[in-house]
Amino acid sequence: MPWSLLSVEIALALLGLVLLVLGLVLPEKGRLLMQPLTVIGLLAILILGGTLYAAQYDLFSGNYQVDPFAGFFKLLFLVAGILVILSAGRYLGRFAERVNEFYSLMVFALLGMVVMASAGEMITLYIGLELMTISFYILTAYLLNDKLSAEAGLKYLILGALSSAILLFGISLVYAVTGTTVIAEMAAGFTIEPVMIAGIILILAGFAFKVSLVPFHMWAPDIYQGAPIPVTAFLSVGSKAAAFAALVRVFIIAFPVRAFDWPLLLAVLAAVTIIAGNLIALAQTNVKRLLAYSSIAQAGYIIVGLAAYNIYGIKGVLFYSMLYVFSNLGAFAAATVVEVETGSTDIEAFNGLARRSPMVAAIMTICMLSLAGIPPLAGFVGKFYLFSGAIQSGLLWLAFIGLIMSMVSVYYYLQVARAMYIGTNDDTSAIKPGKAVGAALWICLAGTIFLGLYPGPLSDLAQVAIQIFL
Amino acid sequence: MSSWILAITLFAPVLGAILIMLLPPDREKTIKSIAAVFTFISMALSIWVWFAYDRIQGGLQFVQQIPWVADLGVTFALGVDGISIPMLLLTNLIGFSAVYASWRINDRVKEFFSLLLILITGVMGTFLATDLFIFFLFYEVVVIPIYLLVIMFGSSKRVTKEYAGMKLTIYLLIGSAFLLVGLIALFVQSYYILGYPTMDIFELATIDFPLGFQIFVFALMAFGFGTLLSMFPFHAWSPDGYAGAPTAVSMIHAGVLKKIGGYGLIRIGLMILPGGAAYVAPVIAVLALGNVVYAAFICLSQKDLKYIVGYSSVSHMGYVLIGIAALNLISINGAIIMMFAHGVMAALFFAMIGNLYEKSHTRNVDDFGGLAHQMPRLAAGFMIAGLASLGLPGMVNFIGEFTIFIGAFGVYKVLTILAVSGVIFTALYILRTLAAVLFGPRKPEWDHLEDLKGPEMVPLVVLGAAILIGGIAPFTLMDLINLGVGDLVAQLGSLQIGGMF
Repeated sequence: MPWSLLSVEIALALLGLVLLVLGLVLPEKGRLLMQPLTVIGLLAILILGGTLYAAQYDLFSGNYQVDPFAGFFKLLFLVAGILVILSAGRYLGRFAERVNEFYSLMVFALLGMVVMASAGEMITLYIGLELMTISFYILTAYLLNDKLSAEAGLKYLILGALSSAILLFGISLVYAVTGTTVIAEMAAGFTIEPVMIAGIILILAGFAFKVSLVPFHMWAPDIYQGAPIPVTAFLSVGSKAAAFAALVRVFIIAFPVRAFDWPLLLAVLAAVTIIAGNLIALAQTNVKRLLAYSSIAQAGYIIVGLAAYNIYGIKGVLFYSMLYVFSNLGAFAAATVVEVETGSTDIEAFNGLARRSPMVAAIMTICMLSLAGIPPLAGFVGKFYLFSGAIQSGLLWLAFIGLIMSMVSVYYYLQVARAMYIGTNDDTSAIKPGKAVGAALWICLAGTIFLGLYPGPLSDLAQVAIQIFL
Repeated sequence: MSSWILAITLFAPVLGAILIMLLPPDREKTIKSIAAVFTFISMALSIWVWFAYDRIQGGLQFVQQIPWVADLGVTFALGVDGISIPMLLLTNLIGFSAVYASWRINDRVKEFFSLLLILITGVMGTFLATDLFIFFLFYEVVVIPIYLLVIMFGSSKRVTKEYAGMKLTIYLLIGSAFLLVGLIALFVQSYYILGYPTMDIFELATIDFPLGFQIFVFALMAFGFGTLLSMFPFHAWSPDGYAGAPTAVSMIHAGVLKKIGGYGLIRIGLMILPGGAAYVAPVIAVLALGNVVYAAFICLSQKDLKYIVGYSSVSHMGYVLIGIAALNLISINGAIIMMFAHGVMAALFFAMIGNLYEKSHTRNVDDFGGLAHQMPRLAAGFMIAGLASLGLPGMVNFIGEFTIFIGAFGVYKVLTILAVSGVIFTALYILRTLAAVLFGPRKPEWDHLEDLKGPEMVPLVVLGAAILIGGIAPFTLMDLINLGVGDLVAQLGSLQIGGMF
C-alpha cells in the first residue's frame, strides 16, 4: 500500500505535533519563529499536495479516498491556512496572552478538514469533522481575557456538539437502512422509506449547521464576532469549504436523485439563505458581524451549485469555494489590520482608511466587491458558473433571487467602502500593515483579480476534480 | 487576421491609471498630464479607426480573438462595425474632454484620475467586445468607479452625494441583475441548441431561438438596458445621479454610459432576439413617449441647471427608444445618430455647467443673468449645447431627430406625432434657461467670474467641433452607421411588429 499517498495528512500531523512541542520548549522570544515556521511548513505541504493532485486511489477498501476532488480541496485548505497564519501574527501579538498552542491548533484544524475532504466513509468523515471542530472550539475562545471570545467559544461548543449529534443520528439512520457506512456502497442499499428520508434530512441539517445555512445559521454571527479575527476568517472559509466538500461527496455519491429529490430541498435552503443573509447584513454596523452575515449569504450561493446538480453547478461549487478563500480572506485580513490598529471592528473604525492606508482600503473594497459578484473580479465568474448550472436545471427562480440579492449586497459592502473613502477620522496617521499581513493582502488581491480576468486555469483544475462524479 | 489596434485603444487608459497609481499623490501636474496623454492616445486611435474602416468591405473589422474560458465558450473578442465605431469615438471624445473638464480638481487627484481612466476603459470595452461575456464584464466594471467618484468628489445640493451615488448604483445594478439572468438563460439555451458553448454575439445571432424564449429574454434585456438608458419609469436615478456627480462623471454618464443601454438593445437585443424585439417593441415605444413628454414637462419646472439637463437627457433618450422600437433601417440609423449627438451635446452641457458651478458655487438658474457679458466663451458653449439640444438644423442632433421621426412615422403614426411635440417643449425650456442664465442686463455680483481659458477650452473645442461637423456634414456619420445597421436590418428580415394585443 503506497503510504506516500497519505503524505499530506502525515506531514500535517507531524507539523502540528512539532509546533505543539515547540510552543512548550521554546523561550518566549523564540516563539516569534513559530509563525514563519508554520508558513514554511504549510508551503512545503502545499507543494506536496500539488504533486499528488492527479492521484486517484481507494485506501483502506474505500474508506479513504485520494482523488483530485479531495486534492482540490486540500490545496484550498492549505492556501487558506497559509493566508490566515500570515495575517494572524501581529494580531496575536497585540491581543492574545500567549501564542503557544495557536499554530498547532490551526494545523490540527487543517488536518481535520483534509480528512473530511478525503473521507470515503461516514465515520472517518465524522472523525475529521470533530478534529476540526474541537480545534475550533479552543481557537474561538483563544483570547483568555476577552468575555466575547469566551462566550463565543462556549456557544460554539454547545451548538457544535448539538449539530454533531444530529449529524451522527442521521448517519446512524442511514446505516440502519443501507447497512453500510462506506459512501460508495450506500447507493446500492438505498431504498426510499421514511427512516431513510429522516436520515438524509438529519445529515443535511448537520452539514447545514457547519456551513451556516438559514435556518441553521443562528450561531454564526455571535461566534464570528466574538472569536479572534484570524480564527473567524479560517472558520468562515476553511470549515465551510470542508463541510461543502463532504456534503458534495456524500450527497452525489450516496443518495441517488431519482429516489429522493434532495436538490429541490437544497434549492429552497439556498434561496432562504441568500435572502436572509443579505437582508440581515444590510442592518449591521460592525464589520466582523457584517462579514459573518455576508458569509452566510455566500454559503447560500455555493449551495446553489449543488442544488443545480449538473457539471456547471458542481464546478461552480469548487470554483466559488476557491475564489471565496481569496476574496473573503482579503476582506478579513484588511479588517485584521484595522483591528490591530484601532482595537475595534465597528464601521467607524474604518473611517478614513483610504487616506491612512490606500492599499488596505483598495484591497478591502475589491475583495468585498468580488464577494458581491461585480465583474471583472473572481466572484462574478463563480456566480456565472453557479447560475448557469441553476438555469440549466430549470431553477430560473433561484437565479433571479440569487442575482438580485447579490446586487442588494452591494449596498452593505459599499457602506464599508464609503466609510473608508469619505469617512472622517481624527486619527490620520498612516497605517503600516506589516510584511506578513501585507503579503497576505497582496496574494488575496492577486487571486481575486486573476481568477476574475482569467478563470481558465482554475476552471480546468475544477474540471479534473469533478471527473469522479461523471 | 488579428489586429492589436483595438486592444491598444481599449487598454491605454488602464495603463495610464496604473502609472498614476505608482506616482506619489503630490505630483498633481504629472498625474493630470498622464491622464490627458493616455486618453488622447485612445482618442487619436479611435479617429484613425473611423477613417481606416473599410467602408466597401463593411462588416466586422479590426478583429482580435483570443480563446479565454474554454468551458464557457468565452473568447476575448474585439471588433468594430458601423454601429460601434461612432460609439467608440464618442467615448473617447468625451473621455478626453472629461480629463480637461476636471483640470481644477486639486484634492485626491490620484484617486480621481485613476478611477476616471478605469471608467473610460470600462465604457469603451462594452462597445468593442463582440463576446457576450466580455461585454458584460465591462458593462458592470463602470458602476463601482462611478460610485466612488460620486461620493468622493460629488456635490450635495437637493440630495446628498451619498444618496445620489447609492441610488444610481443600486438602480443600475438591479437592472443588470435582470440582464444577467437573461444573458445566462441565452447562454444555456444556445448550448442546448448548438451542443457546444459559445458567447460570440454574431454566432448567437445565427441561432433561431423559440419565440417564447426570445420574448422572455428580450423583456429582461429591455428592463436591464432600459434602466441604464433611463427608460420611463426607471429613470429616477438619472437626474439625481447627475446632480450629485462631479462634472467628469456627469459628462461620461450622460454622454456615453447611458448609450450602452441603447447600444446593448440594438447589438444584443435586436440582433440575437429579433422575434422578441418585435413583440416587445410597442411597449417600449409607449414607454418612450413617457420619456419624451413627461420628462420634458418636468424640465419646465426645474431650477437647477444640472436637473434641467438631467431630465432633458431622459427626454431625449425617449427619441432613441422610439427609433429602436420602430425596427427599421431609417429609424435605427436615427437612433444611433441620436445617441452620438446627444452624447456630445450632454457632455458639453455638463462641462459648461460644471465650470460655471466651480466658479460661482451655485447652479440655480435664477441666481444668474447676463453671464454672456462676463463669460462670452462659456456662453458660446452653452449656446452650442442648448441649440443642439433643441434640434436646430446645422447641429448633429437635428439629423438624429429628423431621421428617427421619418423612420418611426410609418410604424407608429400617433405616437410619433405626439413625440414630435417633445421638440417644442425642449425648445421652450432650453431657450428659457439660456435666456435667464446668459442674457439680460449685466449682474455685477458675477463680475469676478473668469471666462474659459487654457485647459478649460478643450471640452468646448472638441465637443463643439463634433456637434458642428456632424451637423453640417452628416454624411460622415450617416454612411458609416448605415453600413452597420444595414447588416443588422438584413438579419431582421421583414418582421411583423407587435403581436401582444
